[in-house]
Amino acid sequence: MKPKTRRLYVVLLALLALGTAAALVLNAFEDNLVFFYSPTDLKAKNVPPGQAIRIGGLVEEGSLVKDGLNSHFKITDGAQTVAVAYTGNLPDLFREGQGIVTFGRLDAGGTFQAEEVLAKHDENYMPPEVADALKAAGQWMPERK
Amino acid sequence: MTVETGHFALIVALILALLQSTVPMWAAARGNRELMTLARHTAWGQLICVTLAFCALMYAFSRSDFSVAVVAMNSHSDKPFMYKLAASWGHHEGSLLLWILILSLFGACVATFGRGMPDPLRARVLAVQGMIGVGFLLFTLLTSNPFSRLLEAPVDGNGLNPLLQDPGLVFHPPLLYFGYVGMSTAFSFAVAALIEGKVTPDWARWARTWVLIAWAGLTMGISLGSWWAYYELGWGGFWFWDPVENASFMPWLLATALLHCVSVVAKRDAFKGWTLLLSILGFSLSLLGTFIVRSGLLTSVHAFATDPARGVFILGLLGVAVGGALLLFAIRAPTMEGGNGFEPVSREGALLLNNLLFATATATVLIGTLYPLVLEAVTGEKVSVGPPFFNATFVPLMMPMLAIMAVAPLLAWRKASALAAMKQLWLAGIAAAGVLLLVVWIGGAGVAGIIGMTLAAWLAVASIYAWVRRWWGKGALGRLVGLPLEVHGMTIAHCAAAVIVAGITATSVWQGEAVKLMKVGDSVDLAGYTWRLDRVYDTIGPNYQAMRGDMTVTRTSDGSTVSTLHPERRFYPVAQQNTTEAAIHTTGLADLYAVLGEGNPQSGWAVRLYYNPLVPWMWFGAAFMALGGVISAAGKIRTRRSRAATAAAEAVA
Repeated sequence: MKPKTRRLYVVLLALLALGTAAALVLNAFEDNLVFFYSPTDLKAKNVPPGQAIRIGGLVEEGSLVKDGLNSHFKITDGAQTVAVAYTGNLPDLFREGQGIVTFGRLDAGGTFQAEEVLAKHDENYMPPEVADALKAAGQWMPERK
Repeated sequence: MTVETGHFALIVALILALLQSTVPMWAAARGNRELMTLARHTAWGQLICVTLAFCALMYAFSRSDFSVAVVAMNSHSDKPFMYKLAASWGHHEGSLLLWILILSLFGACVATFGRGMPDPLRARVLAVQGMIGVGFLLFTLLTSNPFSRLLEAPVDGNGLNPLLQDPGLVFHPPLLYFGYVGMSTAFSFAVAALIEGKVTPDWARWARTWVLIAWAGLTMGISLGSWWAYYELGWGGFWFWDPVENASFMPWLLATALLHCVSVVAKRDAFKGWTLLLSILGFSLSLLGTFIVRSGLLTSVHAFATDPARGVFILGLLGVAVGGALLLFAIRAPTMEGGNGFEPVSREGALLLNNLLFATATATVLIGTLYPLVLEAVTGEKVSVGPPFFNATFVPLMMPMLAIMAVAPLLAWRKASALAAMKQLWLAGIAAAGVLLLVVWIGGAGVAGIIGMTLAAWLAVASIYAWVRRWWGKGALGRLVGLPLEVHGMTIAHCAAAVIVAGITATSVWQGEAVKLMKVGDSVDLAGYTWRLDRVYDTIGPNYQAMRGDMTVTRTSDGSTVSTLHPERRFYPVAQQNTTEAAIHTTGLADLYAVLGEGNPQSGWAVRLYYNPLVPWMWFGAAFMALGGVISAAGKIRTRRSRAATAAAEAVA
C-alpha cells in the first residue's frame, strides 16, 4: 500500500467513525435531553404531561406526607409550588426546607410523578439549578446556602 | 509548628520546581551535561519537601489540631483514627496536596528509573514535569493553602461528610490521582519529544511504562469509586454517567488508546504524531476532570464545596498547558511523520481501528458531559444528559471494539491474512454461539444484552486461544517461559475486559429489584430467594448511632439458609446526617443486596432488595485488568533493533 493510499484509508475510516458517532449523538440528543424547570417555569411554559423533565426547588415546609412507601410533598421556588408524588425510599438527605432536584413526568392532574429524587451528598450544598431558580423568583437567601 | 514547617516545605518545593522547569531545559539545549543532572536532584528534593508537607498535614489531622482551618472544617475528635488520617485528603486542599505528592513521586521515579534514557531527553521530561509542578504548587499556595490557621480554634471540628467515612475513601482518591497524574508523565514525554523534534521506538518504550502504570492506576481508581458508589450510596447501581465519573472515565479511554498506539511506535516506528497528540489530550482531559470537580460548574453528586476562583485558576492552567502543548505539536509534528507502512488487514490496522473507536467514544462522552454547560451558556436553558444518552452513543461504539479486540492479537504486524485469522477463531465462534443460545434461552436480555454476553464470550475465548497458540505444542514449557510479559499482560487485560463486559451486561438486563414495606417477620420472594426481616434494633458506632436489621436469606426452592444480612441506617450527630449502609452477600455469581430505609415497628420499614447478577465480576475484572497493565509495564517491548542487537550478541558468542 502506498503512503498516499494509506492516508486516504485512514482518513476515510476516521470519517466513518466520526460520522457514526455524530449520527448516534444527534439521535440520542433528540430522545434523551432532559430539560430542567423551576416551578415558575413549569407553570409558565405549559409543559405537556408525560414528558420526562427535571424540576427543582425547596421542599416546602410542612408539605411532606408519608404513607408507607408513598410520599407526597411540594416543591417551591417561593413564587410557585408543584405537588410531587414519589414511591420508594427518599434519599438520606431529604428533608423539608432542603433544596432538591427530581426527575419524572407530570400526570394529567398536574401532579409531578417523580421517578428519582436527588438530594445532594452534602447538607450545605445547594444544587446550582435550585439556587438559580430561587434567584429568578427573588427568593434567594445566600445565608441559607 | 509542624504546620508551619509543612507550609515552608511547600514553598521550598515551589522554588525547586521553578529551578527544575528552567535550568535543565536550558542545559539540554546547550548540551551542558553538568546542569542537566540538576533535574534529578530537584526532582528528589521536591518529593522530599512535598512528603514533608503531606506528613505535616496528616500529623495535624491525627492530632485533631483544630487551629488549622481544613482540620476544623473536615475532621472531628471522635472520628476513628484511620479516618482522621484519611480525612487529610478528603477535601479540596488536601486532595490537591495529594495530587502534588503523587506528581513529585512520578518525577522522582522518572529521575531514578530513567537511567537508560539519553540525558537531554530525561532532563527535558523532568523540566516539563517541573512546569506542571509549578502550576499546581502555585495553585495550592495561592488559592487553597491547606496550612491556613484559624484565628480562634474551635473546640471541635465540623466532622467529615459521613458518606466519606468508608474504606473506599481511603483508597479511591490516591489511586485515581495516581492515574490522573501518571498521565502527566506521558504528557511530559510527549512535550520533550516535540522539543527534541524526534520520536524513536526507544522513546516509546520508556513512555509506554509510565502510560501503563498510569492506566492501571486509573483502572483501579475508577473501579474503586464505582464499587464505593455501589455499596455506599445504596442505589443498587454502580455507574451513573455523572459528570465527575465521566471526568475520570475520559482520560481512561484515551489512556487505553494511548497504551495501544505507543506499542505501535515501539514495535513498528509508526503512528508517531498520533501518539504524541493522544499523550497531550489524555493529560488535558485529566486537567479538565480536575477543573470539572473543583469548579462545581456541572451538577454532580460529588459535591465538594466549590469556589469559582479556583475554577478560573485551573482553567488558566489548562489553557496554558494544553494550548502551549498543542501549539508546539502543530509546529513540530509535521516534520517528524514517516515510519513504516502497513496494509489495512494487519495488527497496525486493527490498532488503528482501536484508536479511532476509543477516540470517538471519548468524544461522545465529552459532548454528553459538556453539552449542558454549552447550552446553558448559549440559550440559558438547563438540560441534563443522563444514562440513556450514553447508552445510546457509547455502547454501540464499544461493540465493534470488542469484536475487533478478539481478532487483533491473531493478526501479524504489517500484513496479515484475514482468512488465516478467521480460521483461528472457530473456538471463539462456537463459544459465542453457545452463549448466544443460552442467553436467548434464559430470556429477558433484549438485543443489547444478547450482543453484550455473546461478545464477552467471543473475546474471552479468542484471547485465551491466541495466548495458548503462542506456546502450545512441542517444547511448550520453554516457549511459555520465554513469552514476553506484555503478552501475558495483554491476555489478562483482554480477558478481564470480557469479564467486565459480562458483569455490566448481566446486571443491566437481569437485575431484580423489590421495594417493600416490611414488618418484623415479613418475607419477600425475589430472584429465587426468600428474604425475611427477623429483627430491627438500635446499635452504636464510634461516632454514629444506627438502626440495624437482621435479614435471613434462604433459597425459596429448598429453604436452605444462604446468608444473614445486616443492613444499617446510620445517623451521624455531628453532621446531622443519615447514611445507609447496604448489606451485601456475594456468591461470586451474584450479589444479594439489601437496604434498610426509614420506618417504625407499627407500619414497617421501607426495605429495598436487589438481586445483582455477575456484579462481582466487574470488580474482579477491573482488578485483573489493572494487574494486566502492571505485568505488561514490567516487561520490556522487544523492538526490532534490540532483537538485532540480541542476534549480534549471539553471533559474537
